[in-house]
Amino acid sequence: MKKSNKLNHGLIRALEAEQVQPDRPRFRTGDSLRVHLKVKEGNRERIQLYEGVVIRHQKGLLNERVTVRRVSNGVGVERIFLVHSPKIEKIEVIRLGKVRRARLYYLRKRIGARATRIKERGRV
Amino acid sequence: MAMIRKMIMGRKVGMTQIFSDDGKAIPVTVLEVGPCYVVQRRTMARDGYEAVQLGYLPYEERDQKRVQELRRVHEQRRKTGERGAVKETAHRRLTLAEYGHCAAANVPPLRHLKEFRVAAPDDFPAGMEIRADIFTAGEKVDVSGTSKGRGFAGVVKRYGFRGGRATHGSMFHRKPASAGATDAARVFKNARRPGHMGAEKVTVKGLTVVRADAERQMLVLKGAVPGPVGGLVVVTLPAQAVVERGKGKLVTFTALENFTW
Repeated sequence: MKKSNKLNHGLIRALEAEQVQPDRPRFRTGDSLRVHLKVKEGNRERIQLYEGVVIRHQKGLLNERVTVRRVSNGVGVERIFLVHSPKIEKIEVIRLGKVRRARLYYLRKRIGARATRIKERGRV
Repeated sequence: MAMIRKMIMGRKVGMTQIFSDDGKAIPVTVLEVGPCYVVQRRTMARDGYEAVQLGYLPYEERDQKRVQELRRVHEQRRKTGERGAVKETAHRRLTLAEYGHCAAANVPPLRHLKEFRVAAPDDFPAGMEIRADIFTAGEKVDVSGTSKGRGFAGVVKRYGFRGGRATHGSMFHRKPASAGATDAARVFKNARRPGHMGAEKVTVKGLTVVRADAERQMLVLKGAVPGPVGGLVVVTLPAQAVVERGKGKLVTFTALENFTW
């Protein structure tokens, strides 16, 4: 006789845990990241770098997501990455930022280097 | 009736997304399936049709006392040859008939019983245990479940009517509008009207098996499955080829012609 027929909710967790990338660094909103992306060009694979500020960090196990904003040639670019995606070779934290909120959407309205500056929170 | 090759029963655990080998995030539903047991064979000679009756989800330990009581009564009645209804048993959920039915196949008393029209029923002798590994990754399976109940739903939710505008005095918001022509002086059958929605059997066809793990009793399918978390689902592999979802391409099961356990 089975002890209990309780649904095994741990299955999802176990399934996700298998694919979690162990070497991803800890970071939080306001930090600056350098994301090493694997890019396929034809049958050649190269690494593309993307740098910017974390304006949103959505936690999860395998579905942890991060929105990284940068201003490129005067155009604001925001990319959302699945942190544990196998298409990401490596994530580096290049600057720790001190911010007072979890979502930095106010940066979108700011223009210029001074206005978008974030205070540092110690050294990396 | 559509014939099937193999089947299992289970419960929906929930959805998540995982990465495929080429790095794509794919939406998956995780099911807890089996172990199921073949409780009975329906035969042409005795029943007039061929089918396999499968049972799922044994009664729990807290039911054990009642099961033991039933076993005692069952044995005693067999000795005395007594027949008819049992008055003495205090068991509310499991009846002596159900207990004896499962005991005949030498399987534990099971909560859910279901019959399947299987292409090769002789491959499923009574008492056989079926686990998640009867399926393999890559197979296209059908999944049946009971959809979430929506209660008495209006015509916008139930049939996707567009409704009217909310403001500017339209006086027509989410109404079903006209029910038909006036000269018929009646409403035709099957007119789409408000009514009960959901809590009905829904089958999703052609879901790809991503992973089948007998040890963890886990089946991972690509895509969504009807019903709430914890809802009973039936996974079957149809005997005929199915059309791959959204592709219009025929997928055949040549590799499965000689499948064994």
